[in-house]
Amino acid sequence: MRWITAALIGGSLLLPPFFAGDFYINLASQILIAAIFALSLNLLVGFGGMTSLGHASYLGVAAYISALLTNRYGFGHGAAAIISISGTVAMAGFFGVIALRATGLGFLMITLALSQVLWGLAYRMSNVTNGDNGITGLTRPAPFGISLENPVSFYWFALIVATMAFVMMTIFVTSAFGSSLMGVRDQARRMAALGFNPWLIRWITFVYAGFWGGISGLLYVYYHKYIHPTSLSITSSAEALLGVIAGGSGTLGGPAVGAALVLLLKNYASAYIERWNMLLGLVFLFIVLVMPTGIAPGFSRLVARMRGERIDDRSRA
Amino acid sequence: MTDPALEVINLKKAFGGLAVTQDVSLVVRPGERRLIIGPNGAGKTTLFNQISGDLRPNSGQIRLFGADITGLPPYRRAHCGLSRTYQIITLFAGDTIQHNVSLALLGLRPSRWQIWLPMSHYRDIAVEARQALDAVGLLHLADRSISDIAYGERRRVELAIALAQRPRVLLLDEPLAGLSNAERTTVKSLIASIPRETTLVMIEHDMDTALDLAETVTLLNYGRVIVDGKRDAVIADERTREVYLGT
Repeated sequence: MRWITAALIGGSLLLPPFFAGDFYINLASQILIAAIFALSLNLLVGFGGMTSLGHASYLGVAAYISALLTNRYGFGHGAAAIISISGTVAMAGFFGVIALRATGLGFLMITLALSQVLWGLAYRMSNVTNGDNGITGLTRPAPFGISLENPVSFYWFALIVATMAFVMMTIFVTSAFGSSLMGVRDQARRMAALGFNPWLIRWITFVYAGFWGGISGLLYVYYHKYIHPTSLSITSSAEALLGVIAGGSGTLGGPAVGAALVLLLKNYASAYIERWNMLLGLVFLFIVLVMPTGIAPGFSRLVARMRGERIDDRSRA
Repeated sequence: MTDPALEVINLKKAFGGLAVTQDVSLVVRPGERRLIIGPNGAGKTTLFNQISGDLRPNSGQIRLFGADITGLPPYRRAHCGLSRTYQIITLFAGDTIQHNVSLALLGLRPSRWQIWLPMSHYRDIAVEARQALDAVGLLHLADRSISDIAYGERRRVELAIALAQRPRVLLLDEPLAGLSNAERTTVKSLIASIPRETTLVMIEHDMDTALDLAETVTLLNYGRVIVDGKRDAVIADERTREVYLGT
Protein backbone atom coordinates (compact mmCIF):
# COMPACT_ATOMS: atom_id res chain seq x y z
CA MET A 1 0.00 0.00 0.00
CA ARG A 2 2.76 2.40 0.95
CA TRP A 3 4.64 1.56 -2.21
CA ILE A 4 1.58 2.23 -4.33
CA THR A 5 1.11 5.61 -2.66
CA ALA A 6 4.77 6.45 -3.13
CA ALA A 7 4.68 5.41 -6.80
CA LEU A 8 1.53 7.48 -7.38
CA ILE A 9 3.03 10.58 -5.80
CA GLY A 10 6.36 10.06 -7.58
CA GLY A 11 4.60 9.54 -10.91
CA SER A 12 2.42 12.61 -10.53
CA LEU A 13 5.53 14.72 -9.89
CA LEU A 14 6.73 13.80 -13.40
CA LEU A 15 3.53 15.01 -15.05
CA PRO A 16 3.36 18.83 -14.74
CA PRO A 17 5.91 19.63 -17.49
CA PHE A 18 3.84 17.66 -20.02
CA PHE A 19 0.37 18.96 -19.21
CA ALA A 20 0.42 22.12 -17.21
CA GLY A 21 0.92 25.69 -18.29
CA ASP A 22 3.78 27.85 -17.08
CA PHE A 23 1.82 29.24 -14.15
CA TYR A 24 1.20 25.81 -12.68
CA ILE A 25 4.68 24.55 -13.41
CA ASN A 26 6.08 27.51 -11.49
CA LEU A 27 3.67 26.79 -8.67
CA ALA A 28 4.87 23.19 -8.61
CA SER A 29 8.51 24.35 -8.47
CA GLN A 30 7.71 26.53 -5.50
CA ILE A 31 5.98 23.63 -3.79
CA LEU A 32 9.11 21.52 -4.22
CA ILE A 33 11.25 24.25 -2.65
CA ALA A 34 8.84 24.68 0.25
CA ALA A 35 8.78 20.89 0.66
CA ILE A 36 12.57 20.65 1.05
CA PHE A 37 12.42 23.46 3.58
CA ALA A 38 9.61 21.80 5.56
CA LEU A 39 11.31 18.39 5.46
CA SER A 40 14.48 19.89 6.89
CA LEU A 41 12.51 21.56 9.68
CA ASN A 42 10.78 18.25 10.32
CA LEU A 43 14.15 16.70 11.21
CA LEU A 44 14.19 19.04 14.19
CA VAL A 45 10.51 19.20 15.08
CA GLY A 46 9.31 15.72 14.26
CA PHE A 47 12.30 13.46 14.72
CA GLY A 48 14.32 15.46 17.22
CA GLY A 49 11.57 16.95 19.36
CA MET A 50 13.17 20.37 18.93
CA THR A 51 10.47 22.84 17.90
CA SER A 52 12.22 25.69 16.13
CA LEU A 53 10.64 28.98 15.23
CA GLY A 54 13.73 30.27 13.48
CA HIS A 55 14.31 27.89 10.63
CA ALA A 56 13.94 30.64 8.03
CA SER A 57 17.44 31.75 9.10
CA TYR A 58 19.02 29.00 7.04
CA LEU A 59 16.87 29.55 3.98
CA GLY A 60 17.37 33.31 4.15
CA VAL A 61 21.09 33.37 4.88
CA ALA A 62 21.92 30.87 2.13
CA ALA A 63 19.83 32.92 -0.28
CA TYR A 64 21.40 36.23 0.77
CA ILE A 65 24.97 34.92 0.59
CA SER A 66 24.40 33.53 -2.89
CA ALA A 67 22.67 36.71 -4.03
CA LEU A 68 25.42 38.98 -2.71
CA LEU A 69 28.27 36.90 -4.09
CA THR A 70 26.87 36.57 -7.59
CA ASN A 71 25.33 39.99 -7.84
CA ARG A 72 27.84 42.22 -6.10
CA TYR A 73 31.15 40.42 -5.99
CA GLY A 74 31.06 38.75 -9.37
CA PHE A 75 31.31 35.16 -8.19
CA GLY A 76 30.18 32.34 -10.46
CA HIS A 77 27.15 30.33 -9.39
CA GLY A 78 29.16 27.21 -8.56
CA ALA A 79 31.55 28.95 -6.17
CA ALA A 80 28.74 31.07 -4.72
CA ALA A 81 26.65 27.97 -4.01
CA ILE A 82 29.52 26.21 -2.24
CA ILE A 83 30.41 29.26 -0.13
CA SER A 84 26.78 29.94 0.68
CA ILE A 85 26.08 26.37 1.83
CA SER A 86 29.34 26.20 3.82
CA GLY A 87 28.51 29.53 5.44
CA THR A 88 25.00 28.42 6.30
CA VAL A 89 26.22 25.13 7.78
CA ALA A 90 28.83 26.99 9.85
CA MET A 91 26.14 29.33 11.09
CA ALA A 92 23.91 26.37 11.96
CA GLY A 93 26.81 24.90 13.92
CA PHE A 94 27.20 28.13 15.87
CA PHE A 95 23.46 28.70 16.39
CA GLY A 96 23.12 25.08 17.47
CA VAL A 97 25.64 25.60 20.25
CA ILE A 98 23.61 28.55 21.53
CA ALA A 99 20.09 27.18 21.04
CA LEU A 100 20.84 23.70 22.41
CA ARG A 101 21.70 25.11 25.79
CA ALA A 102 17.96 24.75 26.27
CA THR A 103 15.24 22.33 25.24
CA GLY A 104 11.51 22.75 24.69
CA LEU A 105 10.16 26.26 25.02
CA GLY A 106 13.58 27.74 25.80
CA PHE A 107 14.96 26.25 22.61
CA LEU A 108 12.06 27.68 20.63
CA MET A 109 12.59 31.16 22.05
CA ILE A 110 16.34 31.12 21.34
CA THR A 111 15.84 30.02 17.73
CA LEU A 112 13.22 32.75 17.37
CA ALA A 113 15.53 35.39 18.85
CA LEU A 114 18.47 34.39 16.64
CA SER A 115 16.36 34.52 13.50
CA GLN A 116 14.95 37.89 14.51
CA VAL A 117 18.50 39.21 14.81
CA LEU A 118 19.20 38.13 11.23
CA TRP A 119 15.91 39.57 10.01
CA GLY A 120 16.77 42.87 11.69
CA LEU A 121 20.20 42.86 10.10
CA ALA A 122 18.75 42.22 6.66
CA TYR A 123 16.43 45.17 7.11
CA ARG A 124 18.81 47.64 8.73
CA MET A 125 22.20 46.85 7.26
CA SER A 126 21.01 48.33 4.01
CA ASN A 127 24.45 49.19 2.65
CA VAL A 128 25.04 45.43 2.40
CA THR A 129 21.60 43.88 2.01
CA ASN A 130 19.84 46.76 0.29
CA GLY A 131 17.36 46.74 3.16
CA ASP A 132 13.68 46.81 2.35
CA ASN A 133 14.35 47.04 -1.37
CA GLY A 134 15.83 43.58 -1.42
CA ILE A 135 18.40 42.43 -3.93
CA THR A 136 17.18 42.39 -7.50
CA GLY A 137 18.62 41.52 -10.88
CA LEU A 138 19.76 38.03 -9.90
CA THR A 139 20.28 35.22 -12.36
CA ARG A 140 19.70 31.50 -12.32
CA PRO A 141 22.65 29.14 -12.67
CA ALA A 142 23.14 27.02 -15.78
CA PRO A 143 24.41 23.64 -14.55
CA PHE A 144 26.23 21.73 -17.33
CA GLY A 145 25.34 24.53 -19.71
CA ILE A 146 21.61 23.94 -19.37
CA SER A 147 19.78 27.18 -18.79
CA LEU A 148 17.22 27.12 -16.01
CA GLU A 149 15.50 30.25 -17.20
CA ASN A 150 12.39 28.58 -18.53
CA PRO A 151 9.86 27.11 -16.08
CA VAL A 152 10.10 23.53 -17.35
CA SER A 153 13.87 23.19 -17.02
CA PHE A 154 13.78 24.84 -13.60
CA TYR A 155 11.07 22.40 -12.53
CA TRP A 156 13.23 19.43 -13.50
CA PHE A 157 16.16 20.93 -11.63
CA ALA A 158 14.04 21.50 -8.51
CA LEU A 159 12.58 18.01 -8.79
CA ILE A 160 16.04 16.41 -8.92
CA VAL A 161 17.24 18.38 -5.89
CA ALA A 162 14.01 17.71 -3.97
CA THR A 163 14.24 13.99 -4.69
CA MET A 164 17.82 13.92 -3.46
CA ALA A 165 16.82 15.88 -0.37
CA PHE A 166 13.94 13.54 0.39
CA VAL A 167 16.08 10.42 -0.09
CA MET A 168 18.98 11.77 1.96
CA MET A 169 16.77 12.90 4.83
CA THR A 170 14.87 9.61 4.79
CA ILE A 171 18.14 7.68 5.00
CA PHE A 172 19.21 9.94 7.86
CA VAL A 173 16.18 9.31 10.02
CA THR A 174 15.98 5.58 9.30
CA SER A 175 19.67 5.06 10.06
CA ALA A 176 21.13 3.88 13.34
CA PHE A 177 21.76 7.54 14.13
CA GLY A 178 18.09 8.27 13.40
CA SER A 179 17.11 5.63 15.96
CA SER A 180 19.34 7.36 18.51
CA LEU A 181 17.78 10.71 17.61
CA MET A 182 14.24 9.46 18.19
CA GLY A 183 15.37 7.81 21.40
CA VAL A 184 16.73 11.13 22.61
CA ARG A 185 13.48 12.82 21.61
CA ASP A 186 11.45 10.36 23.70
CA GLN A 187 13.70 9.65 26.71
CA ALA A 188 16.81 11.81 26.77
CA ARG A 189 17.86 10.79 30.27
CA ARG A 190 17.56 7.10 29.62
CA MET A 191 19.49 7.46 26.36
CA ALA A 192 22.32 9.17 28.23
CA ALA A 193 22.39 6.32 30.74
CA LEU A 194 22.65 3.89 27.83
CA GLY A 195 25.79 5.60 26.50
CA PHE A 196 24.38 8.08 23.97
CA ASN A 197 25.44 11.72 24.01
CA PRO A 198 22.09 13.55 23.69
CA TRP A 199 23.61 16.99 23.15
CA LEU A 200 25.84 15.92 20.28
CA ILE A 201 23.04 13.92 18.66
CA ARG A 202 20.81 17.00 18.75
CA TRP A 203 23.56 19.26 17.50
CA ILE A 204 24.43 17.06 14.51
CA THR A 205 20.74 16.96 13.58
CA PHE A 206 20.50 20.73 13.98
CA VAL A 207 23.41 21.24 11.59
CA TYR A 208 22.06 18.70 9.10
CA ALA A 209 18.67 20.43 9.13
CA GLY A 210 20.49 23.74 8.60
CA PHE A 211 22.26 22.24 5.59
CA TRP A 212 19.01 21.26 3.87
CA GLY A 213 17.42 24.54 4.90
CA GLY A 214 20.34 26.21 3.09
CA ILE A 215 19.78 24.06 0.00
CA SER A 216 16.13 25.12 -0.10
CA GLY A 217 17.32 28.73 0.27
CA LEU A 218 19.52 28.42 -2.81
CA LEU A 219 16.62 27.05 -4.84
CA TYR A 220 14.44 29.80 -3.43
CA VAL A 221 16.74 32.57 -4.58
CA TYR A 222 17.33 30.91 -7.97
CA TYR A 223 13.61 30.65 -8.49
CA HIS A 224 12.63 34.18 -7.47
CA LYS A 225 15.81 35.87 -8.74
CA TYR A 226 15.12 38.25 -5.89
CA ILE A 227 15.59 38.22 -2.13
CA HIS A 228 13.90 40.36 0.51
CA PRO A 229 14.14 40.42 4.34
CA THR A 230 10.66 38.83 4.65
CA SER A 231 12.21 35.49 3.71
CA LEU A 232 14.04 35.70 7.07
CA SER A 233 10.97 36.80 9.00
CA ILE A 234 9.10 34.92 11.70
CA THR A 235 6.21 34.53 9.23
CA SER A 236 8.46 32.53 6.95
CA SER A 237 9.56 30.27 9.84
CA ALA A 238 6.02 29.94 11.15
CA GLU A 239 4.56 28.99 7.76
CA ALA A 240 7.05 26.16 7.47
CA LEU A 241 6.26 25.01 11.00
CA LEU A 242 2.57 25.13 10.16
CA GLY A 243 3.23 22.97 7.10
CA VAL A 244 5.17 20.44 9.17
CA ILE A 245 2.47 20.16 11.81
CA ALA A 246 -0.41 20.16 9.31
CA GLY A 247 1.24 17.52 7.15
CA GLY A 248 2.28 15.32 10.06
CA SER A 249 5.43 16.02 12.05
CA GLY A 250 7.69 13.04 12.51
CA THR A 251 6.44 11.38 9.32
CA LEU A 252 8.67 10.98 6.29
CA GLY A 253 6.54 12.67 3.65
CA GLY A 254 3.83 14.48 5.59
CA PRO A 255 5.63 17.83 5.91
CA ALA A 256 5.97 18.00 2.12
CA VAL A 257 2.19 17.65 1.85
CA GLY A 258 1.68 20.29 4.52
CA ALA A 259 4.12 22.66 2.82
CA ALA A 260 2.27 22.20 -0.46
CA LEU A 261 -0.99 23.02 1.24
CA VAL A 262 0.34 26.21 2.83
CA LEU A 263 1.94 27.31 -0.42
CA LEU A 264 -1.18 26.65 -2.47
CA LEU A 265 -3.32 28.62 -0.06
CA LYS A 266 -0.82 31.44 -0.06
CA ASN A 267 -0.11 31.66 -3.80
CA TYR A 268 -3.24 30.27 -5.39
CA ALA A 269 -6.17 30.86 -3.10
CA SER A 270 -4.93 34.38 -2.40
CA ALA A 271 -5.78 35.25 -6.02
CA TYR A 272 -9.45 34.63 -5.25
CA ILE A 273 -9.75 35.43 -1.58
CA GLU A 274 -8.17 38.54 -0.24
CA ARG A 275 -8.07 37.22 3.31
CA TRP A 276 -6.19 34.05 2.52
CA ASN A 277 -4.68 34.10 6.00
CA MET A 278 -8.13 33.54 7.42
CA LEU A 279 -8.62 30.61 5.07
CA LEU A 280 -5.26 29.19 6.17
CA GLY A 281 -6.40 29.50 9.78
CA LEU A 282 -9.67 27.70 9.07
CA VAL A 283 -7.94 24.92 7.16
CA PHE A 284 -5.44 24.51 9.96
CA LEU A 285 -8.23 24.40 12.51
CA PHE A 286 -9.99 21.75 10.47
CA ILE A 287 -6.83 19.63 10.32
CA VAL A 288 -6.17 19.94 14.04
CA LEU A 289 -9.73 18.93 14.85
CA VAL A 290 -10.16 16.11 12.35
CA MET A 291 -6.60 14.79 11.94
CA PRO A 292 -4.70 15.89 15.04
CA THR A 293 -1.55 14.03 14.02
CA GLY A 294 -1.51 15.64 10.56
CA ILE A 295 -2.70 14.99 7.03
CA ALA A 296 -0.42 12.09 6.14
CA PRO A 297 -1.11 9.96 9.24
CA GLY A 298 -4.76 11.02 9.05
CA PHE A 299 -5.18 9.74 5.52
CA SER A 300 -3.33 6.49 6.11
CA ARG A 301 -5.65 5.85 9.04
CA LEU A 302 -8.66 6.67 6.90
CA VAL A 303 -7.50 4.25 4.20
CA ALA A 304 -6.84 1.57 6.80
CA ARG A 305 -10.32 2.05 8.22
CA MET A 306 -11.92 1.78 4.79
CA ARG A 307 -10.04 -1.44 4.20
CA GLY A 308 -11.33 -2.70 7.51
CA GLU A 309 -7.89 -3.03 9.06
CA ARG A 310 -7.14 -2.70 12.72
CA ILE A 311 -6.35 0.91 13.44
CA ASP A 312 -3.00 1.47 14.99
CA ASP A 313 -2.62 4.94 16.43
CA ARG A 314 1.12 4.77 16.29
CA SER A 315 1.34 3.93 12.59
CA ARG A 316 3.56 6.39 10.81
CA ALA A 317 3.18 7.25 7.19
CA MET B 1 44.20 -6.02 46.66
CA THR B 2 42.10 -5.06 43.67
CA ASP B 3 40.31 -1.75 43.39
CA PRO B 4 36.75 -1.69 44.64
CA ALA B 5 34.13 -1.94 41.88
CA LEU B 6 32.42 1.15 43.19
CA GLU B 7 33.67 3.58 45.76
CA VAL B 8 31.81 6.59 47.04
CA ILE B 9 33.88 8.97 49.16
CA ASN B 10 32.38 11.70 51.38
CA LEU B 11 29.59 12.46 48.93
CA LYS B 12 27.52 15.54 49.68
CA LYS B 13 24.48 16.89 47.89
CA ALA B 14 22.00 19.53 48.99
CA PHE B 15 18.99 21.01 47.23
CA GLY B 16 19.01 24.51 48.63
CA GLY B 17 18.99 24.08 52.39
CA LEU B 18 17.86 20.47 52.22
CA ALA B 19 20.83 18.13 52.57
CA VAL B 20 19.86 14.89 50.81
CA THR B 21 23.25 13.21 50.81
CA GLN B 22 25.41 13.93 53.85
CA ASP B 23 28.92 12.62 53.81
CA VAL B 24 28.06 9.24 52.32
CA SER B 25 30.92 6.80 51.84
CA LEU B 26 30.57 3.31 50.41
CA VAL B 27 32.92 0.61 49.23
CA VAL B 28 31.54 -2.16 47.02
CA ARG B 29 33.90 -5.00 46.11
CA PRO B 30 33.85 -6.59 42.64
CA GLY B 31 31.13 -9.19 42.36
CA GLU B 32 29.45 -8.07 45.57
CA ARG B 33 25.66 -7.95 46.00
CA ARG B 34 24.87 -4.79 47.90
CA LEU B 35 21.46 -3.79 49.08
CA ILE B 36 20.76 -0.18 49.99
CA ILE B 37 17.75 0.21 52.24
CA GLY B 38 16.17 3.05 54.06
CA PRO B 39 12.79 4.64 54.64
CA ASN B 40 11.13 6.97 52.14
CA GLY B 41 13.19 10.10 51.59
CA ALA B 42 16.37 8.56 52.95
CA GLY B 43 18.22 9.69 49.83
CA LYS B 44 18.59 6.31 48.12
CA THR B 45 17.56 7.36 44.62
CA THR B 46 19.44 10.67 44.95
CA LEU B 47 22.55 8.66 45.73
CA PHE B 48 21.93 6.53 42.63
CA ASN B 49 21.40 9.60 40.48
CA GLN B 50 24.78 10.90 41.58
CA ILE B 51 26.48 7.60 40.89
CA SER B 52 24.92 7.38 37.41
CA GLY B 53 25.68 11.04 36.69
CA ASP B 54 22.14 12.42 36.44
CA LEU B 55 22.95 14.66 39.39
CA ARG B 56 26.22 16.38 40.24
CA PRO B 57 27.29 16.09 43.89
CA ASN B 58 28.31 19.28 45.70
CA SER B 59 31.46 17.60 46.90
CA GLY B 60 33.00 14.18 47.28
CA GLN B 61 34.17 11.59 44.85
CA ILE B 62 32.82 8.58 42.97
CA ARG B 63 35.24 5.94 41.72
CA LEU B 64 34.56 3.05 39.38
CA PHE B 65 37.27 0.36 39.54
CA GLY B 66 39.68 2.97 40.84
CA ALA B 67 38.94 5.56 38.15
CA ASP B 68 37.46 8.87 39.22
CA ILE B 69 34.14 9.31 37.39
CA THR B 70 32.75 12.17 39.50
CA GLY B 71 32.97 14.71 36.68
CA LEU B 72 31.93 12.46 33.80
CA PRO B 73 28.56 12.90 32.06
CA PRO B 74 26.18 9.90 32.25
CA TYR B 75 26.95 8.59 28.75
CA ARG B 76 30.67 8.40 29.51
CA ARG B 77 29.94 6.43 32.68
CA ALA B 78 27.91 3.97 30.61
CA HIS B 79 30.99 3.40 28.46
CA CYS B 80 33.00 2.77 31.65
CA GLY B 81 30.73 -0.19 32.40
CA LEU B 82 28.06 1.37 34.60
CA SER B 83 24.43 0.61 33.93
CA ARG B 84 21.23 1.36 35.78
CA THR B 85 17.51 0.78 35.84
CA TYR B 86 14.90 3.30 36.87
CA GLN B 87 12.31 3.18 39.58
CA ILE B 88 9.80 4.89 37.31
CA ILE B 89 9.77 2.94 34.10
CA THR B 90 11.20 4.94 31.21
CA LEU B 91 10.95 2.81 28.11
CA PHE B 92 10.32 3.78 24.50
CA ALA B 93 6.60 3.13 24.54
CA GLY B 94 5.82 3.17 20.83
CA ASP B 95 8.67 0.88 19.85
CA THR B 96 8.98 -2.89 19.96
CA ILE B 97 10.57 -4.59 22.92
CA GLN B 98 13.41 -5.79 20.75
CA HIS B 99 14.04 -2.22 19.57
CA ASN B 100 14.25 -1.09 23.20
CA VAL B 101 16.95 -3.64 23.97
CA SER B 102 18.71 -2.98 20.65
CA LEU B 103 19.10 0.70 21.57
CA ALA B 104 20.95 -0.37 24.72
CA LEU B 105 23.36 -2.38 22.58
CA LEU B 106 23.73 0.41 20.03
CA GLY B 107 24.59 2.89 22.80
CA LEU B 108 27.95 1.24 23.44
CA ARG B 109 28.93 0.79 19.79
CA PRO B 110 30.56 3.27 17.42
CA SER B 111 27.85 2.47 14.86
CA ARG B 112 25.46 4.67 16.83
CA TRP B 113 26.93 7.62 14.90
CA GLN B 114 26.38 6.05 11.54
CA ILE B 115 23.84 7.96 9.41
CA TRP B 116 23.70 5.67 6.41
CA LEU B 117 22.44 2.21 7.35
CA PRO B 118 19.46 1.27 9.47
CA MET B 119 19.96 -0.48 12.79
CA SER B 120 18.49 -3.65 11.26
CA HIS B 121 21.65 -3.86 9.19
CA TYR B 122 23.55 -5.03 12.26
CA ARG B 123 22.60 -8.67 12.62
CA ASP B 124 24.65 -9.07 15.79
CA ILE B 125 22.60 -6.40 17.57
CA ALA B 126 19.40 -8.25 16.76
CA VAL B 127 20.87 -11.58 17.86
CA GLU B 128 22.19 -10.19 21.14
CA ALA B 129 18.97 -8.31 21.83
CA ARG B 130 16.99 -11.52 21.44
CA GLN B 131 19.43 -13.36 23.69
CA ALA B 132 18.97 -10.70 26.35
CA LEU B 133 15.19 -11.02 26.05
CA ASP B 134 15.44 -14.79 26.21
CA ALA B 135 17.41 -14.46 29.45
CA VAL B 136 14.52 -12.61 31.09
CA GLY B 137 11.94 -14.93 29.53
CA LEU B 138 10.39 -12.40 27.16
CA LEU B 139 11.61 -13.65 23.80
CA HIS B 140 8.06 -14.53 22.74
CA LEU B 141 7.09 -10.85 23.10
CA ALA B 142 10.12 -9.45 21.21
CA ASP B 143 8.07 -7.94 18.38
CA ARG B 144 5.31 -6.52 20.53
CA SER B 145 5.23 -2.87 21.41
CA ILE B 146 5.97 -1.74 24.98
CA SER B 147 2.50 -0.27 25.33
CA ASP B 148 1.01 -3.73 24.68
CA ILE B 149 2.64 -5.52 27.59
CA ALA B 150 1.92 -5.69 31.30
CA TYR B 151 3.67 -3.73 34.00
CA GLY B 152 5.54 -6.72 35.39
CA GLU B 153 6.84 -7.51 31.93
CA ARG B 154 8.04 -3.95 31.49
CA ARG B 155 10.09 -4.33 34.65
CA ARG B 156 11.74 -7.32 33.05
CA VAL B 157 12.39 -5.34 29.84
CA GLU B 158 14.16 -2.75 32.02
CA LEU B 159 16.31 -5.54 33.37
CA ALA B 160 16.98 -6.93 29.89
CA ILE B 161 18.08 -3.47 28.71
CA ALA B 162 20.52 -3.13 31.59
CA LEU B 163 21.87 -6.67 31.30
CA ALA B 164 22.27 -6.49 27.50
CA GLN B 165 25.04 -3.95 28.08
CA ARG B 166 26.96 -6.51 30.18
CA PRO B 167 27.75 -3.86 32.77
CA ARG B 168 30.56 -4.24 35.29
CA VAL B 169 28.47 -2.41 37.85
CA LEU B 170 24.69 -2.51 37.73
CA LEU B 171 22.48 -0.20 39.76
CA LEU B 172 18.95 -1.50 40.26
CA ASP B 173 16.46 1.06 41.52
CA GLU B 174 13.58 -0.80 43.17
CA PRO B 175 13.45 -3.64 40.65
CA LEU B 176 10.61 -5.30 42.55
CA ALA B 177 8.38 -2.26 43.00
CA GLY B 178 4.77 -2.75 42.07
CA LEU B 179 5.07 -6.41 41.21
CA SER B 180 2.69 -9.18 42.23
CA ASN B 181 4.00 -12.01 44.40
CA ALA B 182 4.41 -14.36 41.45
CA GLU B 183 6.28 -11.70 39.44
CA ARG B 184 8.48 -10.95 42.42
CA THR B 185 9.62 -14.54 42.52
CA THR B 186 10.43 -14.46 38.81
CA VAL B 187 12.36 -11.19 38.95
CA LYS B 188 14.16 -12.25 42.13
CA SER B 189 15.45 -15.42 40.54
CA LEU B 190 16.45 -13.38 37.48
CA ILE B 191 18.51 -11.05 39.64
CA ALA B 192 19.98 -13.98 41.51
CA SER B 193 21.15 -15.47 38.20
CA ILE B 194 23.11 -12.37 37.14
CA PRO B 195 26.74 -13.49 36.67
CA ARG B 196 29.37 -12.52 39.23
CA GLU B 197 31.26 -10.42 36.68
CA THR B 198 28.55 -7.87 37.31
CA THR B 199 28.64 -6.10 40.65
CA LEU B 200 25.13 -5.38 41.90
CA VAL B 201 23.96 -2.40 43.89
CA MET B 202 20.27 -2.51 44.58
CA ILE B 203 17.80 -0.15 46.20
CA GLU B 204 14.74 -1.58 47.84
CA HIS B 205 12.24 0.21 49.92
CA ASP B 206 10.83 -2.99 51.33
CA MET B 207 13.60 -4.70 53.25
CA ASP B 208 12.14 -8.22 53.48
CA THR B 209 11.71 -8.86 49.77
CA ALA B 210 15.24 -8.12 48.64
CA LEU B 211 17.16 -9.28 51.67
CA ASP B 212 17.95 -12.78 50.45
CA LEU B 213 19.52 -11.33 47.29
CA ALA B 214 22.05 -9.32 49.27
CA GLU B 215 25.35 -10.16 50.87
CA THR B 216 25.99 -6.75 52.28
CA VAL B 217 23.56 -4.08 53.31
CA THR B 218 23.81 -0.32 53.71
CA LEU B 219 21.16 1.46 55.71
CA LEU B 220 20.54 5.09 54.82
CA ASN B 221 18.46 7.57 56.74
CA TYR B 222 18.19 11.32 56.25
CA GLY B 223 20.99 11.13 53.71
CA ARG B 224 23.45 9.48 56.08
CA VAL B 225 24.88 6.00 56.26
CA ILE B 226 23.56 4.59 59.53
CA VAL B 227 24.82 1.02 59.37
CA ASP B 228 26.96 -0.68 56.77
CA GLY B 229 28.22 -4.24 56.67
CA LYS B 230 27.41 -7.92 56.30
CA ARG B 231 23.75 -8.65 55.90
CA ASP B 232 23.16 -10.48 59.15
CA ALA B 233 25.17 -7.99 61.16
CA VAL B 234 23.13 -5.10 59.76
CA ILE B 235 19.83 -6.82 60.41
CA ALA B 236 20.85 -7.62 63.96
CA ASP B 237 22.08 -4.11 64.60
CA GLU B 238 20.23 -2.07 67.16
CA ARG B 239 20.18 1.04 64.94
CA THR B 240 18.58 -0.80 62.02
CA ARG B 241 15.72 -1.79 64.23
CA GLU B 242 15.39 1.75 65.46
CA VAL B 243 15.39 3.46 62.06
CA TYR B 244 13.86 0.91 59.87
CA LEU B 245 11.73 -1.55 61.69
CA GLY B 246 10.34 1.15 63.87
CA THR B 247 10.53 -0.80 67.12
